[in-house]
Amino acid sequence: MVLKAFFPTCCASADSGLLVGRWVPEQSSAVVLAVVHFPFIPLQVKELLAQVHQAGRVELAVLGTWCHRRQGAEESLGHFLEGLGTIFSHEPWLQLCREPGSKLWSCKATRRQVPPRRGAPYEDQVMLVFYDQRKVLLSQLHPPAALPDRQAGDAAPSAGGLAAVFDTVARSEALFRSDRFDDGPVRLSHWQSEGVEASILVELAKRASGPVCVLLTCLLSLVSAASACRLFKLWPLSLVWSKLSVCEQLRHRLEQLTLIFSTQKAENPTQLMRKANVLVSVLLDVALGLALLSWLRGKDRIGPLAEALVPVADHVAEELQHLLQWLMGAPAGLKMNRALDQVLGRFFLYHLHLWISYIHLMSPFIERILWHVGLSACLGLTVALSILSDIIALLTFHIYCFYVYGARLYCLKICGLSSLWRLFRGKKWNVLRQRVDSCSYDLDQLFIGTLLFTILVFLLPTTALYYLVFTLLRLLVVAVQGLMHLLVDLINSLPLYSLGLRLCRPYRLAAGVKFRVLEHEAGRPLRLLMQINPLPYGRVVHTYRLPSYGCHPTHSWGSLCRKLFFGELIYPWRQRGDKQD
Amino acid sequence: MEDERSFSDICGGRLALQRRYYSPSCREFCLSCPRLSLRSLTAVTCAVWLAAYGLFTLCENSMILSAAIFITLLGLLGYLHFVKIDQETLLIIDSLGIQMTSSYASGKESTTFIEMGKVKDVVINEAIYMQKVIYYLCILLEDPVEPHGISQVVPVFQVSTEQLSKVFSPKKICYLSPFSAFLLLLRFSRNVNSSCQDYLRTPDSYF
Repeated sequence: MVLKAFFPTCCASADSGLLVGRWVPEQSSAVVLAVVHFPFIPLQVKELLAQVHQAGRVELAVLGTWCHRRQGAEESLGHFLEGLGTIFSHEPWLQLCREPGSKLWSCKATRRQVPPRRGAPYEDQVMLVFYDQRKVLLSQLHPPAALPDRQAGDAAPSAGGLAAVFDTVARSEALFRSDRFDDGPVRLSHWQSEGVEASILVELAKRASGPVCVLLTCLLSLVSAASACRLFKLWPLSLVWSKLSVCEQLRHRLEQLTLIFSTQKAENPTQLMRKANVLVSVLLDVALGLALLSWLRGKDRIGPLAEALVPVADHVAEELQHLLQWLMGAPAGLKMNRALDQVLGRFFLYHLHLWISYIHLMSPFIERILWHVGLSACLGLTVALSILSDIIALLTFHIYCFYVYGARLYCLKICGLSSLWRLFRGKKWNVLRQRVDSCSYDLDQLFIGTLLFTILVFLLPTTALYYLVFTLLRLLVVAVQGLMHLLVDLINSLPLYSLGLRLCRPYRLAAGVKFRVLEHEAGRPLRLLMQINPLPYGRVVHTYRLPSYGCHPTHSWGSLCRKLFFGELIYPWRQRGDKQD
Repeated sequence: MEDERSFSDICGGRLALQRRYYSPSCREFCLSCPRLSLRSLTAVTCAVWLAAYGLFTLCENSMILSAAIFITLLGLLGYLHFVKIDQETLLIIDSLGIQMTSSYASGKESTTFIEMGKVKDVVINEAIYMQKVIYYLCILLEDPVEPHGISQVVPVFQVSTEQLSKVFSPKKICYLSPFSAFLLLLRFSRNVNSSCQDYLRTPDSYF
C-alpha cells in the first residue's frame, strides 16, 4: 500500500523541525498536524504529546523530520535530522524535505524493523497530500461518521477512510492552542501559530448568553404555565383553539423559543445547527413582522384597510346573491327542477342575508380588531399571516356553510342512488359480511325503489349544480389559505443559518473531499491537494430542514377528486371511519 | 506520460480519451467530447425564433416575441449549466479512492470522490439502449449497514450513458441480460473480490 502523508499547507513555509501527527496503520497514512521547531528537549515534546492525547484521546507521535532547505543553508542539517530518528523511534520514519525551488519536494519513509533486503532499510512509496488545516478542522463531514464514540471517549477513533483524517484534526485541537508569542517549552508551527483566532464579541456573547438564557427560560416557563391553565381547556374554548391556525403557530413559536433558550448545551453539531437555524428563522420572522408593522403604521394604512374590508365583504355577498339568483333561473340554459331550485335558492339567500347583517353588526369594531392584529405582527410575520388566514376563514364562513349544505345534500343523493341502483339490479349491501349479495325483492319493494330512483335521478342535476358551484368557491378559499400556510411553513422550516453558512463558508458543510494533482516531476513523490467538496444546496435543505407543525396534505389528487365526486367533506374536517351504506 | 485515443459515443459523436500516468499509484482518464458547435446553436435559435415569428403573425401579440427571447436565453443557460458536459475526468489514486469530475460547458464542475473502502466492485454493465446493446463501466458502492449489499450503482462516464444512468437504478439491475445478471448475482452471493476478467475467461465452470 502506498504511504500517504497528509501535510498541512500552512507548514509548507515553516522552518526545519520535527513532524508531529498521527499514524493510521490500517490505511498506512500519516496525518501531520504540526512542525516542532528547534531548539527543543525531546522529553518536553513527549510531554506535550501526552497532554494532547489526554485532552483529545488521539494517539499522537513524532512521525519524522521536516527539512526546509533555504538558499545557502548548511548541509550538515540533513545528517542531524537523520540522527533524530534514533531518539523518537517511529515506524515508518518520514523524512520530508523541501528544496530551495519551491516546487521540489522529496519524501522518504524508512522502516527499520521490517526484514530488510540485504540489510538496507526498507523504503515505502510515498504520496504527499496537502490539506488546509483550518478548513479541515472547521468542516463537518456529511453524513457524520464517528460522532457517538467521541462522547463515549473511546481511545481510538473508529472512523474509517478520510473521516479518520478529519477526526484526527478535530480531536487534536489542544495542539493548536499555542501560538508563537507563547513562552511554552516547545515551539510549534500550525494554522494558528501566527496568532490564535478569536473574537472579543463572540467571547462576550458566550459570557452573556448564560444569564440571558436562564432569565428567558424562566419567562417562557411562566408563559407556558399560563397557557396550560385549565380555564383554556374547557369545552368550547379547546375546540376553538384547535381550529385556529394562530394558536398552532403560537404553540410552535413557544416550542422554538424554549429550544433556543434552553440552558442545556447542544450535544452534537447537528443539534447546534438546529438551534442556530431556529434562532435565525425566528429572528428573520420577527424582522419581517416588524417591517410589516412599520409599513402599516407608517402612513396609517389600517384605517383605510378597515374601511375597505366591509365593502369588500358586502361586494362578495352581493356577487353571491347574483349567483344564487342566476342559479334559481335557468343557469347556462339548463332546465332545472323548478320547485327544488327555488327551495334551495331561497334557503341559501336567507343564509346570505343573515351573513350580511352579521358583517354590518361587526363593522364598527373591525378597525380596532385590525389594529390589534397589526400589533401581533411584532411576534413575527408568521403569526400575522396565521391571523390573516383565520380572518379569511371567518369572513368566508358563509361559503363554507353553503359548501357543507350542498355537499350533504349531494352526498345523500349519491348514497341513495347507489343503493337504489343495487336494488334495481336485484342486489343489496350486506352489512355483516361487508359485501354485495343478491337478494330477491317483492314487487312492491321493486316498484317503490324504482320510483324513488327515478325521482332521485331527475333531482340530481339541480343539487349537483349547487354543489359544484359552492365547491369551486370553497376550493378557491382553501387555495388562498393553503398558500398562506405554505408561506408560514416555508419561514418556519427553512434552515437559513445552514444555507448562509453554505453560501459564505462553503467548507463548513462538507460532502466529502476532492483531490487535485499538483505539478509533478519524475522521480519525486506525487503531490495532491485535498480540497473540501461542499454540500449541495438541495442536500443542505434536506438535512437541516426544521420540523414544522404544518398540516401536510393527507390525500393525493386522486383521492381528493374521488372525495369531491362522492360529496364527502374535504378540509378541514377529519376523516371519519369509512362510511357504509 | 500521456497518450490520447479517440472513440465514438453511442450516437456516433467523437470522443477523445486522454490517459495520464502521474505515478504508478495515480492515473487519470479524461474523456472530452466536442464543444457546442456554432452551427447547431444557430439552427436551434433560428428555429425557435422563426416559430415565434410565425405565431406572432397569427395572433399579433408582441408578448410571444419577448417570450421566445427569454425561452432561448434561459434554455441555453440551462443547457450549458446542467446538461452539456464538456469533459469528464476519472482520477484513480491507489488506496485512496476514485474521483469523478464532470465539467459542464458553463464552467461548472461537479466532483464526486468515492473512497476505496466504499467501492465494492467495478463491473461492466450491459444495457439495451434504443435498438442496440451498449456496455458501460460502473462502480458498485458498499452498503454501510448490510455488508453484502450494494447501496448504489455509479456509472463512471456519463457522456455516453447519460440516459442510462437514470434508467438503471439498483433495483432494476435484474433486468440486465442473463449473463450479466448472473455475473452480478454470483459476485454478491460469494463475495468474491477478483476482477471481472476471471469470470469472463472461465465462464463454463460457473454455468
